Amino acid sequence: MNYTHAELEFAISEIMEIADSFGLDYYPMRYEICPADIIYTFGAYGMPTRFSHWSFGKTFNKMKMQYDFGLSKIYELVINSNPCYAFLLEGNSLIQNKLIVAHVLAHCDFFKNNFRFSATNRDMIESMSATAERINSYELAYGADTVEAFIDHVLAIQEHVDPQLIKPMRYDKRQQLEEKRRRIREEHKHPAKPGIYDDLWSLDTSPEAASPDTTSLTAFPSEPEKDLVWFIQEYSESLEDWQRDILSMLREEMLYFWPQMETKIMNEGWASYWHQRIIRELDLTSEETIEFAKLNSSVVQPSQQSLNPYYLGLKIFEDIERRWDHPTEEQQRRFGRIPGQGREKMFEVRELDSDISFLRSYLSKELVQDLDLYIFEKQGPEWKITDKTWEHIRDQLVASRVNGGSPYIVVQDGDYLRSGELLLKHQYEGLELDLKYLEHTLPHVYHLWGRPVHLETVVEDKRALFSYDGQKHQRKILS
Amino acid sequence: MSSPKQYNFVVSKEDWSLHRKGYQDQQRHQEKVREVIRQNLPDLVTEENIIMSDGKQIIKVPLRNLEEYRFIHNFQKQQHVGQGDGDSQVGDVLGQDSPKSSKGGKAGDQPGHDYVETEISMEDLEEMLFDELELPFIQDKDKEELESEAIRFNDIRKKGLMSNIDKKRTILENLRRNATSGQPGIHGISPDDLRYKTWEEIVVPRSNAVILAMMDTSGSMGAFEKYCARSFFFWMTRFLRHQYEKVDIVFLAHHTEAKEVTEEEFFTRGESGGTICSSVYQKALDIIDSRYPPSSYNIYPFHFSDGDNLTSDNERCLRLIGELLKRCNMFGYGEVNQYNRGSTLMSAYRNIKQEKFIHYVIKEKGEVYNALKRFFHKREGGAAS
Repeated sequence: MNYTHAELEFAISEIMEIADSFGLDYYPMRYEICPADIIYTFGAYGMPTRFSHWSFGKTFNKMKMQYDFGLSKIYELVINSNPCYAFLLEGNSLIQNKLIVAHVLAHCDFFKNNFRFSATNRDMIESMSATAERINSYELAYGADTVEAFIDHVLAIQEHVDPQLIKPMRYDKRQQLEEKRRRIREEHKHPAKPGIYDDLWSLDTSPEAASPDTTSLTAFPSEPEKDLVWFIQEYSESLEDWQRDILSMLREEMLYFWPQMETKIMNEGWASYWHQRIIRELDLTSEETIEFAKLNSSVVQPSQQSLNPYYLGLKIFEDIERRWDHPTEEQQRRFGRIPGQGREKMFEVRELDSDISFLRSYLSKELVQDLDLYIFEKQGPEWKITDKTWEHIRDQLVASRVNGGSPYIVVQDGDYLRSGELLLKHQYEGLELDLKYLEHTLPHVYHLWGRPVHLETVVEDKRALFSYDGQKHQRKILS
Repeated sequence: MSSPKQYNFVVSKEDWSLHRKGYQDQQRHQEKVREVIRQNLPDLVTEENIIMSDGKQIIKVPLRNLEEYRFIHNFQKQQHVGQGDGDSQVGDVLGQDSPKSSKGGKAGDQPGHDYVETEISMEDLEEMLFDELELPFIQDKDKEELESEAIRFNDIRKKGLMSNIDKKRTILENLRRNATSGQPGIHGISPDDLRYKTWEEIVVPRSNAVILAMMDTSGSMGAFEKYCARSFFFWMTRFLRHQYEKVDIVFLAHHTEAKEVTEEEFFTRGESGGTICSSVYQKALDIIDSRYPPSSYNIYPFHFSDGDNLTSDNERCLRLIGELLKRCNMFGYGEVNQYNRGSTLMSAYRNIKQEKFIHYVIKEKGEVYNALKRFFHKREGGAAS
């Protein structure tokens, strides 16, 4: 270490002072200096206290190997919590740490203020630690192999939760769903006595809607359910209590990570923007300036044929700042934009947007051209650039961020074929599923549901049904 | 600090040396990889490019069970957004069918298509396979042949030959003595300081083994039969080389008569005609008697055939096997019999009730592994069929 503890502390208060003057709003910070293997452990697990599973070990091994071979390096890791924990790589130089301290402050500001994070548990470090302990106790009670195999199944569907914020997740979903079913059943059994003015209502309804909706009476769930993990946890008949408990704990963890998945570009862009602005305010020696420039460029450099989220996010934020600082006359006239409001606009965006709306609203034609973005796809054996229309590029980027990049799958029927089988439906919007992965994932769902499972999707423009009954796979073309 | 305002932060550096979770789960993953390889052993044992090689290569093993399967989009059928240097054109070719180069193309997490197989070196594979095998019926052979002498310096004494003086320890003694007498440093080495290295004689067990690889090369032995036999001999040779310092292999091919051939001829040459197995057993006996005295060799005759034999010859075969068993550690008979027909040889051999006679019928490639395990399994009693 080429700096003292006091030097680092002094640098941090200096940086916080500058960050405060810019209006960044963050939680109390806990900086922890740790060796590389610890940083990589946290990177692989997403959280220092997360439960044990071989798949994390696999990721850790891969990441650590890349580090050992000098292929990649994580300088920092920051946790969405209050207080906010940031882990600095032991061996960072003082100027590297200054950049990182500034960078994580902006991340923390983002965690604290972006709307998507408003429902996240800020005590997740403790919660995950409790989860890990509980899983550990289940291992002792039911055997490590049994628990591990069960977690394998859960991880296979972990992305399929419902992260909607509008419908408060604290509300008991099962109660809500059953209440609704009960009401429909009631109404069906005892239709309200016709009042004398009821014929007035029927003037509004179209003829075909007049017959009572019997499908919603029997349908289970009454409307397609996005939260597959929750649905299985509540309604699978083959699970024991400890298994439901694990499902519910892992679902909580996924809901905690979800906002980070859907704001990756914004969050990294925001942090990169601010570390640059903050470091510019510091008095640096010329050596430090060069070292800073080196690290900064390695963080935000565009990479060949791929999109660096740090770079893309940074460029969009800079573009927002420029456009709102210097609106064109037309923008001033039509939208009433007043020059010099760049920063203000940026803070608004960091509060209200996620990657999808961020890209859709602020990735402009000029930026797409400036960044030389393009669409590529596979044609025969070759990967080719096929489109440079800026709207298509923007829409493609947006599409790739829908549902965190995972296919959107819902529970269509929890009593399929009237025999308790599970029918899932892929909400196809032009992106096909990987069929090999699909056929390997269905058995995991089967193990959780305990009855045959089916998934409807679209293959080559035809509706197709994939089934697994515990023994064998079946594919059926439906239309 | 000199900063006027107190900012709310803490910098700490804990001792993380006990945080081993990453390594523990990494180890669990590696255990699972080994499990997969172990499950794949039957296939790997007959893997063509291992058997046909010099055995010095890296083998790739698919890890289907260790893929983290989930519902994902089809990467190949998708459009992706990429970034160019500023002059990209529609129609530019980015790469040939290697999605890896465009992996990061999407700002999301791409599924790990790249971890479908693991590599294992020949040594690791051998270690894993041989871990399950054991040499049966090892016999003590003549002492002179089994042992050889070597010397090893392993002790320090105060008396000894000047040429074996241990300078470092002598200096250390001198330092110690001077220090206790209050005059630290190296000076005045006395005879009391001198230390000598001494040696002891050790006995390294040395033993020899010979494999008599016998195979039916008559017309009825097809490519499949020969391949199974070949993979078996490949692993058996390697296994015995692990156990013995020197392993000789004698290749004996036979149809109606037997002759000693080279390895290449053994595996490639096909002959036509009928089969008389007793010819090769007689040949094996002759070779043992003339070249490999059982008193100093562990002898492992193995015979591979498709089971066809001249019926009238069976009795002679049984008698000769009896003779061989007197001289050998064990006798292995492997029958490659794809269609599980009843064979003449088996009908006779089934009745041999000697624990050193072991037979196995291979019906498909994967069973070569089972055959190895049958012949070399860790046994307690006899070999029941």
